[in-house]
Amino acid sequence: MADAPTPTQSPHGSRANGGEADVEGAAAAKSTGARATQPADTEVLARAQAGDHQAFAQLYNLHKRRIYSLCLRMVGNVAEAEDLTQEAFLQLHRKIATFRGDSAFSTWLHRLAVNVVLMQLRKKGLSLISLDETMEPNPEEGPSRSFGAPDLTLTGTIDRLVLERAIADLPAGYRLIFILHDVEGFEHNEIASMLDCSIGNSKSQLHKARLKLRDVLRTQNRQEARP
Amino acid sequence: MNGNPSKMSCAEFQAQMADLIGSGEDLSAHPHVEGCERCRALLADFMTIVEAARQLFPSVEPPDEVWEHIESAIKREK
Repeated sequence: MADAPTPTQSPHGSRANGGEADVEGAAAAKSTGARATQPADTEVLARAQAGDHQAFAQLYNLHKRRIYSLCLRMVGNVAEAEDLTQEAFLQLHRKIATFRGDSAFSTWLHRLAVNVVLMQLRKKGLSLISLDETMEPNPEEGPSRSFGAPDLTLTGTIDRLVLERAIADLPAGYRLIFILHDVEGFEHNEIASMLDCSIGNSKSQLHKARLKLRDVLRTQNRQEARP
Repeated sequence: MNGNPSKMSCAEFQAQMADLIGSGEDLSAHPHVEGCERCRALLADFMTIVEAARQLFPSVEPPDEVWEHIESAIKREK
């Protein structure tokens, strides 16, 4: 392959290549099918599975941005996100030969990364470890709680810092699904595959995450509106 | 569940929102939304939150040291 790194090259080409140009962003992924495995990717993957280090370096180069961004979004700490990215790709290196193509490679890799992130969160003993708990439907958090007066709409009034804090304060299960779906652009069937949950649970948790964020932001707006 | 979108309850519509938002479908034209001010406000809020969240988290690249550490670890494991 023409753009394969030589043994002396590092797989850091994309930064010099304009950075955002190779972003596998959510919108791009949805509109162009950027996550679909291309024939060239299949060849690189097969070579990496056969133990070709250059091919593995190429895979890293292809996926590092999304995996690192996911880790950073989940833990909110650069050093920790770097460690998690490293661990995710080491897991990939150990397990890549077992990938059978039952799902898209990107989904499979994200599943590895998500597990690494969740293990880290569990080590830290964060409340959310309740990914399992949050997967359980709670009838008290049904749609009826979401009804709000139309005059309290948020449109155009979101404070970045408040939103950032609100997302960080979400239980991990909610945060993970919100980030995977609404920020990363994964579909519910892909998320269900990553998290070993049902598609219905993924949808339900996403809805609850959005409702929680909306509640926080509206509360903030009300406080700011007070004289 | 009511099969007729225009006769959906708010609960029925909201149960489908997670699917509908992000599907590319213009939900503002959904028959239930057209006739329901509350769901219209909820939908607008969700779309605002999602858009703001995407802008909040730009995609970033890891520093070169991450790959160097991965390579070193791979060599150690061999």
